Amino acid sequence: MKKKIHFAFFTLLFSGMALASILYLLYGDIAVLNPKGIIALEESNLIIISTLLMLIVVIPVFILSFIVAWKYRAGNKKAKYDPDWDHSTLAESIWWGVPFAIVIVLSIITWKSSHTLDPFKPIKASTKPITIQVVALQWKWLFIYPEQNIATVNFFQFPEKTPVSFEITADAPMNSFWIPQLSGQVFAMPGMKTKLHLMADEVGSYRGSSANISGKGFAGMTFVAKSSTQTDFDTWVESVKQSPHLLSLDAYKQLATPSENNPVASYVLTREDLYNWIVMKYMMPMKE
Amino acid sequence: MFGKLTFDALQHDPLQDGAGFSMILGGLLIVALITYYKKWTYLWKEWITSLDPKRIGVMYIIVAFVMLIKGVSDAILMRAQQSIAISESAGFLTSDHYQQIFTAHGTTMIFFVGMAVVFGMMNLVIPLQIGARDVAYPFLNSVGFWLFGAASVLILVSLVVGNFNATGWLGYPPLAGIEYSPGEGVDYWIWILQIAGVGSLISGINFLITILRMRCPGMTLMKMPLFVWCSLATLILIIFAFPILTATLGLLSLDRYLGMHFFTAGFGGNPMMYVNLIWAWGHPEVYILVLPAFGIFSEVVATFSEKRLFGYASMVWAIVAITILSFIVWLHHFFTMGAGANVNAFFGIMTMLIAVPTGVKVFNWLFTMYRGKIHFTTPMLWFLGFIATFSVGGMTGVLMSLPPIDFQAHNSLFLVAHFHSVIIGGVLFGFFAGFAYWFPKIVGFKLNERLGKYAFWCWLVGFLTAFLPLYILGLMGATRRLDHYDPSTGWQPLFVIAAVGVLLISCGIGFQILQIIVSIKQRKQNLDTTGDPWNGRTLEWSTTSPPPLYNFAIIPEVHDHDPFWATKHAKNKQVAEPHYEPIHMPKNSSIGFFVGLFSLIFGFAITWHMMEISVISLIAVMACFVVRISENETDYYIPIEEIEKS
Repeated sequence: MKKKIHFAFFTLLFSGMALASILYLLYGDIAVLNPKGIIALEESNLIIISTLLMLIVVIPVFILSFIVAWKYRAGNKKAKYDPDWDHSTLAESIWWGVPFAIVIVLSIITWKSSHTLDPFKPIKASTKPITIQVVALQWKWLFIYPEQNIATVNFFQFPEKTPVSFEITADAPMNSFWIPQLSGQVFAMPGMKTKLHLMADEVGSYRGSSANISGKGFAGMTFVAKSSTQTDFDTWVESVKQSPHLLSLDAYKQLATPSENNPVASYVLTREDLYNWIVMKYMMPMKE
Repeated sequence: MFGKLTFDALQHDPLQDGAGFSMILGGLLIVALITYYKKWTYLWKEWITSLDPKRIGVMYIIVAFVMLIKGVSDAILMRAQQSIAISESAGFLTSDHYQQIFTAHGTTMIFFVGMAVVFGMMNLVIPLQIGARDVAYPFLNSVGFWLFGAASVLILVSLVVGNFNATGWLGYPPLAGIEYSPGEGVDYWIWILQIAGVGSLISGINFLITILRMRCPGMTLMKMPLFVWCSLATLILIIFAFPILTATLGLLSLDRYLGMHFFTAGFGGNPMMYVNLIWAWGHPEVYILVLPAFGIFSEVVATFSEKRLFGYASMVWAIVAITILSFIVWLHHFFTMGAGANVNAFFGIMTMLIAVPTGVKVFNWLFTMYRGKIHFTTPMLWFLGFIATFSVGGMTGVLMSLPPIDFQAHNSLFLVAHFHSVIIGGVLFGFFAGFAYWFPKIVGFKLNERLGKYAFWCWLVGFLTAFLPLYILGLMGATRRLDHYDPSTGWQPLFVIAAVGVLLISCGIGFQILQIIVSIKQRKQNLDTTGDPWNGRTLEWSTTSPPPLYNFAIIPEVHDHDPFWATKHAKNKQVAEPHYEPIHMPKNSSIGFFVGLFSLIFGFAITWHMMEISVISLIAVMACFVVRISENETDYYIPIEEIEKS
């Protein structure tokens, strides 16, 4: 009797935990599963498809271990006992074969999705893409708009339904640039250029952060990515252009000194090739 | 003379000081107790200078338990901080201290718990299972252990003197470079890993040769117990992987000590090279930890189902496949570096291929139970818990092997939950199963079953409570290693649940400590007089518990991979008159201990740039080996009379 109560207790406990997790994933505010951009949407679909595919193996394992463990318990005198049965070519072929088949299906998905969702690949769309250069600093994000000649810190705005093309580097230890609702992450490395493309489906403000430890102020490296209508975006660009702060090379060097939990700031860019200067300064000793 | 070491190194925040002082007090208490009971000579003669793998194995496992408690304390601090740190000022840990804690947690758990239980189990079990009296190089075994011991003392020293590394357990440059981390923390970490790593390599060579050369007559490779097979694969991985770690950390120390630029972006260096190299060691390391656990489960399942292991040949091929594949998947740790679609896809596919042999092993275990007689002892419960947690961990692992999914999960708490599922569910549960299984063989009495079961349920429920929320948090965009976050993220409730989970795990550890104390007190009721408490199948159960120094009075001869089971069930039992011969054994040696001691001094001195002392201690290490080479009488024979007596 006592054993049965224990059994029921743990079965209920574990099913409760599993159920609570699934409900939370379905109805909670889950950034990755609640995408607002085409790239994040495809990534989220991939998560669901591959999970379902793997459940083909995992669910039988759970059920089988439950049934087998129960049926062949030492106390059950009715169960068959066959201590020398240790090989079956058919059975072993099945469990080499079925997982292998699933992995082949997954491999095809992997190959295709690695190419279609390559962060370096531009998004095809009717609207003209906008370029934003991202620099990870100690410990804040600098966003440079080379076409608009403006720059911002820990905040950037961009038009909805328009491909955004990021060029990413760091003038700090390695970071990782991540906006879960819009796209997966890419590393930001000193002396290196990485790229990321994304597009927002609707107007909204999305949380972004650094995903790679980069020193003392790392936890404060969050930013807001705001997608707006094209007109709102244009108005915003005009307002930033009125900013009294100029981003010259000296101002940049001042900005690049370590600081934590920085507020949002905006600048007028006075040095057009600032981003290239930041990347190239690691390539050779420079006088500036 | 004292390099960079000044009295400032002893000053920390009160919390760190408290931890340091309680550790020193604990150490003094142990020293006092040993002195009070006059056990120093016994310790020196029977343990510290011992070359007996059974003794060395026990010492590994004691260190592993101490370090496990330290690592879990780190985890409690992290979860406590994250439960309350919803603004920059909230929480009781500074950013710097928090970062030291998670770095220490990772380093401790991998190097001083994971590696310790791997070598501990190998020391205890391999010679017995292959019917050998000793390992191939008993002296190297002792050197390997004491290097490991020196490294574990050094990581404890770093709690008290100065600061530890704050850059994560793999210390990526440029963050771990001299420019961004000028302090002693990274240097501590480098030399701790160097000393422990050399120790692991030495022990790895020793056990590889032991398995290849010291098997008893009749034990061909395909008749080896599965634990020995898994260990063989592990040892091959150790021998190939650890030199990479040593070289990589060597280059990093050149960067830091001599101003070179292997891994800094200036002057032609490249941090991406470090990331590649460290994971070329780091990924095989994961399998180094988990393969022995697979071996333990194979033994446990067969024994407690009273049935032959299902699909022995399949199992062996699965291990071989995992061994080979584990060396060609390292890039999946940094898909997000932007290597390009072809490269990412290749490494992604290789990674998911590993799921096939791993899945085969799970099915073989299940079919070992099928038509068996299953006894739900503690080791068997750990096995069933492993199936549940490892399946979840394996599934999320395959999920992340798709590069586009990894972009959304990398460095998030989803990843953290994944690798804890496989490391806790695989390595730790496997070790706990093996601990309960082989405990009576090594000490002569069984562990208390009831307390063992309490510990198991606390661990399993605690594990799920601690890590299911982390999976969800990762998908909510929570990255790892955050010392604070904004309340608007809505993460706090899940962090609080996770903290409760860690407390449940601590209860599990409490029950394990209690279990050992109670078992020692009640040992008379649980004595194992037969040497075969579980109706075992392999050679270790054919000798007494605990085994004599020389393991087997007569070297056994085997014809089956379950030789002891076959002997017990043989139709015509022929008991031949035993014919004893004198047994050749190594004498104790204190040299291993001194190699460790001088390496400890070297590690501490070079961390603090005390160049004179480091050079002298390094010469002392060499001198130890010269002394050893010059010794003539390193071995002796146990006379026949003594063998016949026991």
